[in-house]
Amino acid sequence: MTKNIMIVGVGGQGSLLASKMLGRLLLSQNYDVKVSEVHGMSQRGGSVVTYVRFGEKVYSPVIDKGEADYIISFEKLEAARWLGYLKKGGKIITSLQEIEPMPVITGAAEYPSDLIEKMQAAGADVDAIDALSLAEEAGSAKAVNLVLMGRLSRYFDAPEEAWQEALEACVPPKFLELNKKAFALGRNA
Amino acid sequence: MKTNIRKEVCSMKQLMLGNAAIARGLYEAGCGVASSYPGTPSTEVTEEIAKYKEVYSEWAPNEKVAMETAFGACLAGKRSFCGMKHVGLNVAADPLFTMSYIGVNAGMVILVADDPGMHSSQNEQDSRHYAKASKIPMLEPSDSAECLAFAKLAFEISEQFDTPVILKTCTRVAHSQSIVETSDRIEPSERRYEKDIRKNVMMPGFAKLKHPIVEQRTKDLEAYAMKSPVNRIEMGSGKLGIITSSTSYQYAKEVYGGEASILKLGMAWPIPADLIKDFASKVEKLIVIEELDPFIEEFVRSLGIEVSGKDLFPLCDEFSQNLLAEKLGRDVPQGLSIDEPIPNRPPVMCAGCPHRGLFYVLSKNKITVLGDIGCYTLGAAAPLNAVETVECMGASVSSIHGFNKALGEESEGKTVAVIGDSTFMHSGMTGLANIAYNQSNSTVIILDNSITGMTGHQQNPTTGLDIHGDPAGKIDLEALVKAMGIQRVRICDPYDLADTEAAVKDELAAKEPSVIISRRPCALLKTVKHKGPIACDTDKCKSCKMCMKIGCPAISMKDGKAWIDKTLCVGCGVCSQLCAFGALEGKV
Repeated sequence: MTKNIMIVGVGGQGSLLASKMLGRLLLSQNYDVKVSEVHGMSQRGGSVVTYVRFGEKVYSPVIDKGEADYIISFEKLEAARWLGYLKKGGKIITSLQEIEPMPVITGAAEYPSDLIEKMQAAGADVDAIDALSLAEEAGSAKAVNLVLMGRLSRYFDAPEEAWQEALEACVPPKFLELNKKAFALGRNA
Repeated sequence: MKTNIRKEVCSMKQLMLGNAAIARGLYEAGCGVASSYPGTPSTEVTEEIAKYKEVYSEWAPNEKVAMETAFGACLAGKRSFCGMKHVGLNVAADPLFTMSYIGVNAGMVILVADDPGMHSSQNEQDSRHYAKASKIPMLEPSDSAECLAFAKLAFEISEQFDTPVILKTCTRVAHSQSIVETSDRIEPSERRYEKDIRKNVMMPGFAKLKHPIVEQRTKDLEAYAMKSPVNRIEMGSGKLGIITSSTSYQYAKEVYGGEASILKLGMAWPIPADLIKDFASKVEKLIVIEELDPFIEEFVRSLGIEVSGKDLFPLCDEFSQNLLAEKLGRDVPQGLSIDEPIPNRPPVMCAGCPHRGLFYVLSKNKITVLGDIGCYTLGAAAPLNAVETVECMGASVSSIHGFNKALGEESEGKTVAVIGDSTFMHSGMTGLANIAYNQSNSTVIILDNSITGMTGHQQNPTTGLDIHGDPAGKIDLEALVKAMGIQRVRICDPYDLADTEAAVKDELAAKEPSVIISRRPCALLKTVKHKGPIACDTDKCKSCKMCMKIGCPAISMKDGKAWIDKTLCVGCGVCSQLCAFGALEGKV
């Protein structure tokens, strides 16, 4: 049975590193894996999504509505935007960070309130954490991706050493300690 | 959850982006020369092949030049490659059609990457038509393993049938990672260049001799495609037969597994008629599942076979497993939903983007802006709403000439064309030659941010660096424009609004062709040093929202006062120049 993980956020937040790390981890666990990314215009501050699928044999590279087991979100509004892709009983791991999109900045729309509660009321199992503060505590606001990966590792059936191996393979040596710390803070928060 | 696939086998496998797998395949097949112009979703193929030192790799000024460069290299005896996005193939269509007649010496592979769903494109054209029209064979991989294998096979077909071969992908193949197994590079046997005027000079007398050879080649390729394992039948039940290719094959497998019978076409052109007839005879109902145009479907119908296709599936946008399931009357999973309008999050110009200041000035002065292809296309978005037309690479420069010739004084002095440095080198120069030659009173603004931005920072002929970031030739834009006969050339800094506004007003007032070079490197370049974020002095802020007019993602209103997101702000200072109360000058 194919399992599905979506990583969503705002272009430029570093979701590609998270999907790279996840792909590597899953490959080390002997799954068939497909990871689908979108490059180009949406990376300029638009809504971005990466699909990670794994199992015995994976065909489609994309996840469709009602199929996601996990949605990992770098931004609260983006979690809500992609909620339709979560399957019943699926889990959302989201950063509490709010980044206003241009229609909100220009006053054409409002940033919705109480999104976490609304997603929970809709039946989603939401784990919301202050990933930005934890990343800053680790040493860089850019380490939000590792905080969220650390959080996912709590729920995910893979040995901790496999996570560490994937982490070490995907981040530059210069930032290894910082990223390890961010991962641990996310896992244990 | 774990499966028990043998670990030692898996350890040789790796997860690879479709584009990286194509580059790997080209490398393993002994490709010697690669020349491309960047374009999403094709760009990473050339970025990846440039990492192999055995392959000479470069960014060419445009796709036509890239294709002709690769063609020269293949004639000279090296296996060669050029890559582009779908609209790039329009630019390179001229050499494509005649290379089909000439053929190759060493193999030549052309990559074209379509973008169904238009993730980062201005149209949704289906490039398979080019294969049929130019009579060039086309392979269509459906995942990374096929990307690698088909890239290698393409060289073999190219040399065996004396033709360039097109490798066609789409966004979901190009930008998806799946498992590949790599092998070592082979060095192809030498194919020395030999003078052969009848083969290589396409003047009418020789081309007339070639055309029937090309027609026979298509027949030969059809016979090859009949037997080649790139086209394969996966028999399931005889009730339903599906003909499909590319990612549509993956969606069909996702929905049906082994239940339906599938003819998967790895070769999009030519399509072997007998294979279609044979497959159709084995199933009760036949459908074609293909994105965009009914290319396979029309071929099947031309054989007199009853088939379903676009009566079920849309012509527009990409497909997915749920779309197929819905159209085929199968169960579709339902997701969760909340009753809450979710504001859109369109792409925006980055905080510190040098284009912002220029577009603010153009918008403020109510100037008609003819736009072009690049990050600055985003100048059409709210709140700047500056760019009024965008068609294709270079069209801004050519079109302003026609615009001003049509309207004369009604538009002269009130209209500008905006084009990036890379796009200007790609196909803006010829439009400017027309302005200089046929003398329209037009003002062209070159947005020189010292990089090809939207596709993810590729070098170009104006940056002075090559594909590896090493020193290279550098075209001087001012000297080039002057050499074309444009007397008025002015540089401005788009971070300086007064300087930029003066340049725009002066050049629009001049009664002759003019060029403004709005020069400031892309804010995302690692070589650019920023001043660092500013902060809003809430005591000074009068809540007038002037700073909100530039559409900077780092500025929003919090508790009625301007608020600067310090994680985004780079301190470009454009907003500070708009604040009449000095509220945006503080340091964090």
